[in-house]
Amino acid sequence: MVPVQCYFVLSALLFFIGVYGFVTRRNLIAMLISIELVLNAVDINFAAFNRLLFPGLNEGFFMTLFSIGVSAAESAVAIAIILNVYRKFKSDTVDAISNLKH
Amino acid sequence: MDYGYTIFILLLPLLSFLILGLLGMKMSHKAAGLIGTCSLGLVTALSYYCAFQYFGADRVDGVYQTIVPFNFTWLPLGRLHFDMGIMLDPISVMMLIVISTVSFMVHIYSFGYMHGEKGFQRYYAFLSLFTMSMLGLVLATNIFQMYMFWELVGVSSYLLIGFYYPLHDAVAASKKAFIVTRFADGFFLVGILIFGYYTGSFSFSFAGQGADVIMGQGTTPFIAGDMAKAVAAGGFILPTALTLMFIGGAGKSAMFPLHIWLPDAMEGPTPVSALIHAATMVVAGVYQVARMFPLWIQYAPEAMSIIVWVGVITAFYAAAVACAQTDIKRVLAFSTISQIAFMMVALGVCTEGVTGHEHPGSVGYLAGMFHLFTHAMFKACLFLGAGCIIHAVHSNEMALMGGLRKYMPVTHATFLISCLAIAGIPFFSGFSSKDEIISACMNYSPVVGWIMTGIAAMTAFYMFRLYYGIFWGTENKEAHAHHTPHEAPLTMTIPLIVLSVITVGVGVYTTLAGFLGWGGSFGSFVTADGHDYTIHFDATVAAVSTVVAICSICLATYIYKGEQQPVADRLYATFPRLWRAAYKRFYQDEIWQFVTHKVIFRCISRPIAWFDRRVIDGTFNFAAWGTSEAGESIRVWQSGDVRLYAVWFLTGAVALTLILLAL
Repeated sequence: MVPVQCYFVLSALLFFIGVYGFVTRRNLIAMLISIELVLNAVDINFAAFNRLLFPGLNEGFFMTLFSIGVSAAESAVAIAIILNVYRKFKSDTVDAISNLKH
Repeated sequence: MDYGYTIFILLLPLLSFLILGLLGMKMSHKAAGLIGTCSLGLVTALSYYCAFQYFGADRVDGVYQTIVPFNFTWLPLGRLHFDMGIMLDPISVMMLIVISTVSFMVHIYSFGYMHGEKGFQRYYAFLSLFTMSMLGLVLATNIFQMYMFWELVGVSSYLLIGFYYPLHDAVAASKKAFIVTRFADGFFLVGILIFGYYTGSFSFSFAGQGADVIMGQGTTPFIAGDMAKAVAAGGFILPTALTLMFIGGAGKSAMFPLHIWLPDAMEGPTPVSALIHAATMVVAGVYQVARMFPLWIQYAPEAMSIIVWVGVITAFYAAAVACAQTDIKRVLAFSTISQIAFMMVALGVCTEGVTGHEHPGSVGYLAGMFHLFTHAMFKACLFLGAGCIIHAVHSNEMALMGGLRKYMPVTHATFLISCLAIAGIPFFSGFSSKDEIISACMNYSPVVGWIMTGIAAMTAFYMFRLYYGIFWGTENKEAHAHHTPHEAPLTMTIPLIVLSVITVGVGVYTTLAGFLGWGGSFGSFVTADGHDYTIHFDATVAAVSTVVAICSICLATYIYKGEQQPVADRLYATFPRLWRAAYKRFYQDEIWQFVTHKVIFRCISRPIAWFDRRVIDGTFNFAAWGTSEAGESIRVWQSGDVRLYAVWFLTGAVALTLILLAL
């Protein structure tokens, strides 16, 4: 059986990879993928903590399912926004969108 | 008895206003004029029928019943409610006759006078609006309805004075009229609100709702219990409210010093001056005092001396100014102010209105209403005659007239009849009413009585100065050769004839009735307490006022009749400053100008404006400035770089986590 700490390490790795990707990437799609990584790290944490703290109960798993659903909806919305941004600015990099500044 | 048809007296002019106002531009002048005139003709017929039915009905306990065919709550506000309805009592029915007759005559007359004028349809639409408002004012069941229609007549007066809106003078005059009367109406509104607050009712006559509410005694058309509440609240409440209402009435009726708008209002078309600024709207103030009269007499008899003295001053002032004016419409305007002041004085001197109806002290009310009636007829006739003259000469100035009698015989005859009536010659209607006013004044105080007799003499003098200046005197041959004056068309002369026939007919009957003690004179219809009163002339007063009037006419004849006027020229030369002051209306307009511009604007408005701009605006401007500055200073953080935000966010989250761990 895999010790529970391994899940936390995996989750932390995924989280920081996600954050790193979000901060360094300029491409909007790549940033979206990074956010998905962060969310997946959270999902793993939910499941792992549920097993660790409340074995026999299922709330954490349900929360994971819920979170997956939410992140799917969120990426649909984000992709729609990215498509519109691309149509308007002819670019999918984050630096192109700076007209809110002025 | 069914008075349901009276609603059409209000609805017909409203309907014709809407039709002419909305569709008028698509109609021909003739069609628009016919619609307006026909609806007014129907209104006149209904009003006469109503008067016959009302005065033909039997008296109950010696008084005519007050009848309310319609009354509904228009705006309920808890304890207080604003009603709309129709109330028939002797004075409102009398006013129906006056308004519908004069308005109908003016509608017919305008056919000729306004012929081919641009905006003919608009003119008829406004005339209908005015007639509707004025009828609503007199038929009001409560003081608030009266106030609403009061403002409506103000608006229609404003619209009609400014009818020739491309002319600067007309626009200035309409604004002046509106602002001055609105200023006075502010006091009226405060009076109404005080009255309503303390008595818990705006109603004139009844507490309940529904049709045909009939009053018991007719002496006090107000609910005594309500008044008791107000009296319990303090003895000054009702006199204060009534005096404030009187200020509103003084504004509308052009009492000194709020008279300044009326002479300028002559910028409007002449038939409008006849209808609004001579016969109907300007007597609204008198009507209002008459309507509230039972309250005045019962709760504020001392305050009535305000009415008397305001009236006396106004009558004298206006008569003095009228003697020096050269514009014929201005002379008539000041004469109107003076005559309305006569009515006010008559109401004010009526000290024993409710009790003792055979007492001469109760005559004032009757005399005031009677003078309102006769004055409306002969003054409308004078104004319409002046309209014919202006139509013929194309000017208002007396200098361009003179010797018109041979060119305009009908106008001349009717003008002369009306001048005799206003001068107070027996067998003309003005005599009977003015005589009653003077005897009421004599009874109140001989001082007031003699002053009023003197003013009546001035009236005769300036009216005949006007008459001779127009029809006799030096003919301006140069102007007349250029454009020969001609008699007005039939549409304009018929109203003149009708009005002068009324003047003579009423005059002959009431004079005979007054001397011989016949019934059926004006006192049989309208009196302070509602009881039948047979007018007896006081022989001394009648003789004195007749002699005085004839003397003044002779004096005017002596001075102004001839081709050359040596006496008049010498008078001008002897008293140039007096003449100048009278011509300039004793500088009343300049005084108002000074008070408003130099005193009120400079000493009150300007500091307030400064306070508003600096202190109030400053506070808010400072708050806005502060917010804006704070935004500017943190604006640099909003780089628009999403990744940078993420770094900041992450840093914040880590910092929070560390803090939580440290705790």
